Amino acid sequence: MLELATQSLLTPAGIDSGDIERALGRLVEGRIDLGDLYFQHRQNEGWSLEDGIVKSGSFSIDQGVGVRAISGTGTGFAYADAISMPALMQAAGNARAIARAGASGATAVTRPVHAPALYAADNPVEAADSASKVDLLRTIDAYTRSLDARITQVSVSLSCQHESILVAASDGTLAGDVRPLIRLDVRVIAEQGDRRESGNAGGGGRYALAGLMAPESWQKFADEAVRQALVNLEAVDAPAGFMKVVLGPGWPGVLLHEAIGHGLEGDFHRKGISAFSGRMGERIATEHCTVVDDGTLAERRGSLSIDDEGTPGARNVLIEDGRLTGLMQDKLNARAMGVAPTGNGRRESFAHLPLPRMTNTYMLPGEHAPEEIIASVDDGIYAVNFNGGQVDITSGKFVFVASEAYRIKNGKLGAPIKGATLIGNGPDVLTRVAMVGNDLELDSGVGVCGKEGQGVPVGVGQPTLRIDGLTVGGTQ
Amino acid sequence: MSQVMNRDIEAGSPLLRDAESERAMLEDAAARVLARARAGGADAAEVSVSSSHGRNVTVRLGEIDVLEDARDRGVSVTVYINRASGSASTGDLGAESLERAVDQALAIARHTQPDPAGGLAPAELMASRIEDFDQWHPRELDMASLIERAKLIEQAGMDADARIENSEGASVSADAAIGIYANSHGFVGNGRSTRFGQSCVLVARDASGMQRDWDWDDQGRFEALADPGITGRKAAERAVRRLGARSAPSGRTPVLFDNSVALGLVRHLVGAVSGGNLYRRSSFLLDTVGKQLFPEWVRIDEEPHLPGGARSSSFDSEGVATRQQPLIEAGVLRRYVLGSYSARKLGLQTTGNAGGVRNLVFSPGTKNFEELVVEMGRGLVVTEVMGQGVNLVTGDYSRGASGFWVEDGRIAYPVEEITIAGNLGEMFSGLIAAGSDLETRRNIQVPSLLVDGMTVAGQA
Repeated sequence: MLELATQSLLTPAGIDSGDIERALGRLVEGRIDLGDLYFQHRQNEGWSLEDGIVKSGSFSIDQGVGVRAISGTGTGFAYADAISMPALMQAAGNARAIARAGASGATAVTRPVHAPALYAADNPVEAADSASKVDLLRTIDAYTRSLDARITQVSVSLSCQHESILVAASDGTLAGDVRPLIRLDVRVIAEQGDRRESGNAGGGGRYALAGLMAPESWQKFADEAVRQALVNLEAVDAPAGFMKVVLGPGWPGVLLHEAIGHGLEGDFHRKGISAFSGRMGERIATEHCTVVDDGTLAERRGSLSIDDEGTPGARNVLIEDGRLTGLMQDKLNARAMGVAPTGNGRRESFAHLPLPRMTNTYMLPGEHAPEEIIASVDDGIYAVNFNGGQVDITSGKFVFVASEAYRIKNGKLGAPIKGATLIGNGPDVLTRVAMVGNDLELDSGVGVCGKEGQGVPVGVGQPTLRIDGLTVGGTQ
Repeated sequence: MSQVMNRDIEAGSPLLRDAESERAMLEDAAARVLARARAGGADAAEVSVSSSHGRNVTVRLGEIDVLEDARDRGVSVTVYINRASGSASTGDLGAESLERAVDQALAIARHTQPDPAGGLAPAELMASRIEDFDQWHPRELDMASLIERAKLIEQAGMDADARIENSEGASVSADAAIGIYANSHGFVGNGRSTRFGQSCVLVARDASGMQRDWDWDDQGRFEALADPGITGRKAAERAVRRLGARSAPSGRTPVLFDNSVALGLVRHLVGAVSGGNLYRRSSFLLDTVGKQLFPEWVRIDEEPHLPGGARSSSFDSEGVATRQQPLIEAGVLRRYVLGSYSARKLGLQTTGNAGGVRNLVFSPGTKNFEELVVEMGRGLVVTEVMGQGVNLVTGDYSRGASGFWVEDGRIAYPVEEITIAGNLGEMFSGLIAAGSDLETRRNIQVPSLLVDGMTVAGQA
């Protein structure tokens, strides 16, 4: 990986290891605790179909180098949108404005990081030609329209990304990664009488494009989008109030991402502003709950061989049998808290600063069959699909928005209900988990997490869960 | 520190020092792109080129947290061959990289399918005059003065109340941007603007727990920014007043959206009457031009030529002349929000809204916020909403919320962990009153809005 990244990022610009050390040396003149250089080259290709025609396609190349200098918990940051020695040296000069005046530092990149290959060795931009990508979208459109006469609009989009990154840091780190990322989305509108509803489904990951182009992959997304829209045509008004909620497996794990995941990111703990601050080792969930953040899963959307600071991706146990056991850290916050980085230092691009971020966050399975969990609820809702969520780290309040849900009465599923926001409190929601299913699923690969204006791809997952009390934001 | 900074960062910004030559360079890049597209077989082409320089400092608990120097350039091109289109973009304005971007766009256009609605906006609609709307007030600010200002803001907030015990920091930013749009009709438009911002996020604590809130300002002129002490103290006041928040009674009640949250309601309106959602039949407001959506007293105007306006411009993002025009008049929707593409899809004329609305102004009412609280009597004041629970296809609205419960025309206590739900169509027609407190710092300017009959859900 490091060799490949070096070839695609540094060799074309004529930058060698001596130049890297020279730039790091300039960066750490003065009192700097850590300096790093982040080289990135990213290709994006997108195709989209609407009204039966592939009407737009786009291609972009972004490359540049981000330069960071850390002194204590202060960061100086600059970047250049070209990879060249003059641009690199100028950015290094700007970034070290954070430094207090002092002696010149010497630095050497002596610690090459070798990480396992977790992704397909495939550049999805080049793995198939444009004509076959266009054909794929048209085939999906025809298939989707054939599923039900009530489908009046279909849109399909395919995006392919391929990036190379290289990190060199004054702590000796030298690491590279080559990351593919693909995604396919199908969105439909269904109409019946005067009702109109939408449905959408999609997925992807860091796997070979051929996997996504295979009919057994995309047909699932098309079938699911249509099914959802048709279910929503029948949906009745959602209830309002505090009640038992059963969450389906897979993507509803967005609950974990919002309710506890963000609150366990190291920066919020270093600053003491998380609702979970100071609670390490305490019971924050029922004993049924074990939650991990795992960047090492093969080919998943949130996976990382190395993070954006050159730390190898890792499997970190956040909650074990109900107790808070781990936080997610980048280098700055780990150093300030006197712990090791955990492989969660991520950035949207060279033009953004690294932050502690999630990778793939999920709960391990329990022992109950999902049917048994639904049958145990007298009055509540069963929510199987979500749009996304949001959290206030400090108060702990979080929301996530159901897009497909059903009423449960006397242990039986009733009518589908309209989309509704569910709201709860992070520090106590997992203390209300009464049953955990044996059906762990990870999501299909569509998550984008936003923090401080930076979006990064993530994964979530969980088994079926019964939560004894969330506020459901319906109208009835 | 200042010694290092004098040598490096304060070398200054070419974009601020010499905006004219930067603009000339961008125009040259745009011309090269169009020439290459034509030579490569495009029937038509359009290009946007931009350059920006920003400085941002964040101070936390009196110490520097982040110093950021951001310089970005970018170009994006769309070409049309027999009404099939292709787009490409790059961050590198070198000649070779521009040529590669155009070639990529051309290659894509050979694979996409002809789109009868595709192509440039009609030549006769291009803006004929590019006016200056007083948006360029360059000011070279060194990092040291930005840091000092951020420290003043944060310190004022920390000192304002003993319950302010932590901070996420105070930030001050200075940004300048120049943009060019050109197309193969021969249209070349340029715009430039400066923005200065400051914000502060503070954490209050008492026996009930922690609460966080913030205050901000954003202006085209540095001198117009609020006094640092005001921003810090308001952030403190807002965080402290949330302490002790609890749930609210469930049921149907009126809801008073403060002017920051009310802005969202107007954004949902704009989304639902925007061409893209209309031709995709993804809106609950299909076929509503000429229909009464709001009570008769509601008026919303688009004012793209406001002096100093955040998004003022003589032309939209495809060169079409913008004009002052109502969106809602006497509660009736006068028009959709269209660019030329969606206009062709709908068989209508563009409204000069490619790239969205410019400045929208919701005509304010006469009562101030406190008087609206009195008018509501009993109900919910919403100061923050959470989550994406807005379905523009159906108008269904369900959000997490926090704010204040009102009894007897007075704020009784702060509330959180509740939801508010309704349908946007009913919320629009159920508007009771607009406040006099128009929020003028945003490009969509909205006062506080009082809405009848939403469903509140909580644990109480």
